[in-house]
Formats: sequence, structure tokens, C-alpha cells
Amino acid sequence: MVKYALLAYSSGEASGEPGARDMHPGIAAVLDRPDVSGWLRLQPAESATTVRLEARRTLLTDGPFVDSKEFLGGLIVVEADNLDGALALAAELQELDLTVAIEVRPVLEQVHRGA
Amino acid sequence: MLEDVFRDHWGRVLATLVGFLGDIELAEDAAQEAFALAAERWPRDGQPANPTGWLITTARNRAIDRIRRERTLLAKTEQLERERRDLSQEPMDETAAFPDERLELIFTCCHPALALEAQVGLTLRTLGGLSTEEVARAFLVPFETMSKRLARAKHKIRDANIPFAVPPEHVLPERLDAVLAVVYLIFNEGWGGGRVDLAAEAIRLARSLVELMPDEAEAAGLLALMLLNDSRRTARFRGGELVLLDEQDRSLWDEAQIAEARQMLERSLALRGAGPYLVQAAIADLHTQEPRDWDQIAVLYRRLEALTGSPIVTVNRAVALAEIEGPAAALALLDDLPLDSYLYFHSTRADFLRRLGRDEEARAAYARARQLAETEPERRFLESRLNDLTPPAAGC
Repeated sequence: MVKYALLAYSSGEASGEPGARDMHPGIAAVLDRPDVSGWLRLQPAESATTVRLEARRTLLTDGPFVDSKEFLGGLIVVEADNLDGALALAAELQELDLTVAIEVRPVLEQVHRGA
Repeated sequence: MLEDVFRDHWGRVLATLVGFLGDIELAEDAAQEAFALAAERWPRDGQPANPTGWLITTARNRAIDRIRRERTLLAKTEQLERERRDLSQEPMDETAAFPDERLELIFTCCHPALALEAQVGLTLRTLGGLSTEEVARAFLVPFETMSKRLARAKHKIRDANIPFAVPPEHVLPERLDAVLAVVYLIFNEGWGGGRVDLAAEAIRLARSLVELMPDEAEAAGLLALMLLNDSRRTARFRGGELVLLDEQDRSLWDEAQIAEARQMLERSLALRGAGPYLVQAAIADLHTQEPRDWDQIAVLYRRLEALTGSPIVTVNRAVALAEIEGPAAALALLDDLPLDSYLYFHSTRADFLRRLGRDEEARAAYARARQLAETEPERRFLESRLNDLTPPAAGC
């Protein structure tokens, strides 16, 4: 089994206020399935603050790192046999909701050997 | 030629190794080693009784040795130990029957998660057995560019775990379409140049597909289509000049290819095929017959139009219609087609206009077509058509 992150992008108009909006019952059902190992919904991009280092000083800017019409609305981690499995789940989610696109990426699995 | 022998074995050997090792790059390196060893030994000791088995076994043993040697690849060794086929229990016997996993490899290489140009390059490299240099030359890109493109695709297959499998029933039709599209793209790429014989490569790939998926009507249809088009290859040029179908020397047509194509057509029809490749092949076949059955050709183009929704098909149907109802009706069919950047749209229009005696408009259309021509013979052909028109009245 391989872990994949499904990054769900929404467009401003389609989403309204995702924080306040109820989750589509079909999506909730998918997220309850055993092959979904975790998920997060994000507040709208306007609420984001970006931290970066410029001339060795921490600089804060209001807004998301990538300023575009579409924003990252949430992320779901799934386990699948292969890419096709993850793509099928992404397609299923997309049919249920108005996300503009879902980026599917394999998760880099690392054993954390920190202190 | 030993090289030809190798080319025949490459795809088969590599596919089995990918199935076993689970990684295209590893498999490629191992296969290359085995082929190098064969090049050294076979001329001296004679070809083994089962060359494929010898190559697979040799490559596999080399790969295992190497993986065990390289300590940095420890993780991969562990993965290998977990393989469904337990190495210690399976003796390395070259006479064993190895599964033919070329089909799995084709579907991996033509997976829609890969960029189309990567699909094409990877298919030629892994199944066609072309070297990276040859693939680069075929697509007129620098070696480094192609090499990077292929490496990136192989890494994506590995990292995203693109399946090495024949897709399940419910996605098979669309995935097969993707595979056929890649093969046809390779074929069409091969028509213009002759840098590397890509048309022959595409036909070879399609033959494998028909062999591996004998019940797929469109695979047979595609093979028929390519064979028919390719059978006229020599006749299409005379002294470097483009020769239209009607003026071609039929004795230059490749009869063996036409016969094979007809066999494929029949097979596809027997499988109740009705897809776009079969329809195009049927049209191409009608074009080889004399006198030509324009009514039937027009009917098939209409069916193809319905299947593909492509305005390019409408241009072809117009050509058939011109033969049945005359150029005026055919010209009307071309109105409003969104094909301003398509050479044959303009050259076809020009031809209709010429036949209608509307030379001024014909001249403009030929000129636009000439602008769009990409090869010298095309350009010269359109030039000669322009010259055949009555010159514009002086002072105009």
C-alpha cells in the first residue's frame, strides 16, 4: 500500500465560505472509509499568512503563498495499492463536490528518527 | 544481424524484468548488461536454444547480484526478498516459461498520468528497443532533453506507483485508446521524416498488440490502417516530388502489406469492431480499389464524423462528396470549419475552387496552404499547383 495526498483546490466563487459550509454528506461518507487515513479542511485563503525568510529576516505577508483564483481547500491522505486506486478516489470526490481540481501526490514515507 | 535479434527480444526481456524487479530503470540496466554479454558470447559460442530465457535469466541474476552488492540499495533488497516469487525456491533455469508481460509494460508506459511525449518516448525505448539516442533523433530533440524526459517519467512511475498491470475491465477501453493513440502518433511522426523508421516501429508495436490482445477489434483496425497507409509509402514520392493517390504507380504499392491489412480488417470486423481506427482502415482500403466507390467512402466518412466529431473528417468527406455531387456541394461543406491552421483544409478548398473556375480564390487558398506546409515536397507540390492556375490578369 502506498500513501497519497489528495490536494483539493477550490475556486473562490464555488466554495463560498468553506469553514461555515456543511460538508456534502457523500464526501463525509467517503472520508469515513478505512482507506482514508486522515483529512483536513482549510479556512479560505484570505485567512492565510505566509512566513518567509528574506535577507535573513522573517517576513510575514497577508495571504497565501501562491496568489491565484484557486486555493487549496483541503487535503486528504489515502492509502491505495497504486496510483490508479488514488485517482479513482479523487475522481469520486470530485464528482461529489465543486472542487476545481484535485492534485494527487505520493507521500514520501520516512521513518522519523528524531530525538 | 545480431542487432535485429536483440531488437526482437528487447521488449519481451525488459517487460519480464520490470515485472520481477518492480523498477524500469533497474530492469533496463540489467537487460543492457545481459545483451552486452550476449553480444560477446553468442557469436563465439552460438545462440542458446532459448534466447529469451537466456537473456532474462542472465539479466535477472545480474540484477540480484548487483542489488545484493550495493549496500546502499539495502531497502531494495528487502523489497526483493518480499517478492511473490521467492528467489531461493526458484532455480535460475533459462528453459523455464517466463510470463510475457509486455502488455503490462505497454499500459504502464502509456498511463495517462504521464505526459504524452513521455509516453511516446518511453514506449519506443522500452518496447521498441530503440536507444535513447535514436528516440531523441526521431523527435529532433537533443539527447540530454530526451534522456531527462525518460528518466523523469521512469521516476514518476516508481514514486507514484503507476501500476504495472493490464487495467481492469471498467477502465480498459479508455486505457487501450490511450495506448493505440500513442502507437498511431508514432506512426504519423514517421511519415514526414525518415530519420528513424518510426512508421515501421509503430507497425511492429501494433503487431505485438494484436498478438497480445487478439480480441480487441480496434487494435486490429489500427494495424490495418497503418499497413494500408504504409503500403503506399514508396509510391507517394517520385524523384522527391509528392504524388497524389490517383497518379501513383500502383506497382509500387506493397502487396504483402495490403494483404496483411485486409486480413486485419476482416478480423476486426469479425470481432464486431466499429471504432474509428477500423472505419479509417476500411476507408483506406476502399481508396486502394479501382474504380473507387465514392458513395461508400462518403458513408464511412460520415460515420467517422459521428464517432470523432472532428472537422478534419469533414474535409475528407467533402473530397468524397466532390466526386459524387461535384465541387460546389463539397465547397459548401467546408464553410465555417474552424481549420484555418490546417494545411489540407486550404489545399482542398483550393482544389474545389480551381475546379469551379474560381482561380483568384483558388490562388489565395493555395498560397495559404503553402504558408502552412512543413516539408519541402509539400511546398513544391503546392507551388506547382499555383503555377498551373491561369496567371492573374495584368494590372489587377
